[in-house]
Amino acid sequence: MAAELTCECRKRRPSGFALDAKLVVRFDAAPVLVLFGPSGSGKTTLLRMIAGLEAPDEGAIALAGATWFDAARDINLPPQRRRAGFVFQDYALFPHLTVAQNVSYAAGRRDVRDLLRGFGLDEFATRMPPTLSGGQQQKVALARALAAGPALLLLDEPLSALDAASRARTRGELRRMLVAGGVPSIVVTHDRAEAIALGDSMAVMLDGRIRQTGCVREVFGKPVDAQVAECVGVENVLPARIVSRERGLITMETGGVQLQCIDSGETGPVFACIRAEDVALARGAGRTSSVRNHVTGCVAAITQEGPLARVELDCGFRLVALITAQSAAEMNLQVGETASAVVKTTSVHLTPGAPLQS
Amino acid sequence: MDYQAIWLSLRLASLTAVILLAIGMPLAYWLTFSRRRWKFLVEAVVAMPLVLPPTVLGFYILLAVAPRSPVGALYGKITGGMLPFSFAGLVLASVLYSMPFMVQPMAAAFSAVDRRLIEASWCLGVSRAATFRRVIVPLARAGIATGVILSFAHTMGEFGVVLMVGGNIAGVTRTVSIAIYDQVQALDYRAAGETSLFLLAISFTVLALTYALGRRLRVVWPPN
Repeated sequence: MAAELTCECRKRRPSGFALDAKLVVRFDAAPVLVLFGPSGSGKTTLLRMIAGLEAPDEGAIALAGATWFDAARDINLPPQRRRAGFVFQDYALFPHLTVAQNVSYAAGRRDVRDLLRGFGLDEFATRMPPTLSGGQQQKVALARALAAGPALLLLDEPLSALDAASRARTRGELRRMLVAGGVPSIVVTHDRAEAIALGDSMAVMLDGRIRQTGCVREVFGKPVDAQVAECVGVENVLPARIVSRERGLITMETGGVQLQCIDSGETGPVFACIRAEDVALARGAGRTSSVRNHVTGCVAAITQEGPLARVELDCGFRLVALITAQSAAEMNLQVGETASAVVKTTSVHLTPGAPLQS
Repeated sequence: MDYQAIWLSLRLASLTAVILLAIGMPLAYWLTFSRRRWKFLVEAVVAMPLVLPPTVLGFYILLAVAPRSPVGALYGKITGGMLPFSFAGLVLASVLYSMPFMVQPMAAAFSAVDRRLIEASWCLGVSRAATFRRVIVPLARAGIATGVILSFAHTMGEFGVVLMVGGNIAGVTRTVSIAIYDQVQALDYRAAGETSLFLLAISFTVLALTYALGRRLRVVWPPN
């Protein structure tokens, strides 16, 4: 399936908001793209343009060679002919139809029983949507979109309608459902953990523009500029393997180094996320404090960022620390020297991650 | 009681409600979803019978359907009859006169349907017409029922427009309200009282039904 989405949209609103987004996504190996950005950055608008619910002022949209929109050629396919399944933020289930009727709404002659069973919905088949929990409603919305045989799935903040507890639980499940569905998907989110848990690749949107596109780890690990870095927030996203768990602590291994963190019940391949400002540095290879995570490495780069210094440490993997410029000066850190980084257990956050492609 | 007049009014009101349902639904849909800038003009025209004196409306309808007018001439060519002082003319006048009572509740119900449900249906590949039939109509059922009932009830009681366009021909254009007027003119207060009571009962039943229906439908779909 060599599905490629090319999208170039420009739109001005009377409010002054301008959207100018250029996005090219190849979905073959990486089926889920996360469209990431703060609220108000234009993510939902872009998604609605791809679906055909809103028309750009200028630009073109095409999927796998088929033109959906082209302002220059006056082409604007209605949503019905684009077949882009849209999962709304609050799921938009038809309140007058049962779960089974919702799922088979646009299924034509296709049998939806397998789909219902696959989503674990067969026992709810005759229930009305308002009587379901948020997580169940999400499954119905996804099953309904898949039953129509879409070429592309668009999900607008699919987890935001859930409460915090079920959100964490549903993340991994949603990822599995998207991959099993086998349809290229674009997921809009402003949540870092969701982006890491759901996406293979991600595009960062800021002020109506796509600022960076790449695989999730690359975008989090190497933001193209300070604005994107600030937006993605987490500088260190490390692929890790869980080694052992005891007394509420998880020990995991990344790049030959062992790290500990609080056990939040994650299993399988995970990413350890550490914000750069949570990493403290010491000269040499010291090991005397209550902090459990010590990593020794070689200083690879130091960059000044106003009152702060951004220190990159090579310790089998790249670890970024953000310390005050003053401490950097007092420690007299130089590139090539050995330094040790300390990270408190509570500053390491685990999120389930997609298995790595490379 | 003038049973002939009652029967005529019932026929007129039912036919008017059915015709208005067919005309009003697309009109209400257009009024709800169109983004044309001159939409307000159509809204004003539809709402006009609410404020216009029935005699004024009746006068213009009478002019518009006169045998020498384009509408009247066309009708004459097709049917050989004429519209003024006929049952067909009454139906036409009633449809115009009761239009706001059908269109406004329907338009209100259509616009109350969550826009995202409609968009979800479109994205699932379902056409606009089928989305209207499968999503909007079922969710706007209460509003549509209200429109039918109100336009029926309003036609049952109309007086001025009927008098202007239909006159007072027994069995053809003499409706209940005109019969009551006749009875009072003839000082037959007993008959007028009976017929009035009948109309009062119908109006009350219909309105009670409307509100009961509204409540029941809300119970079926609890607001989320």
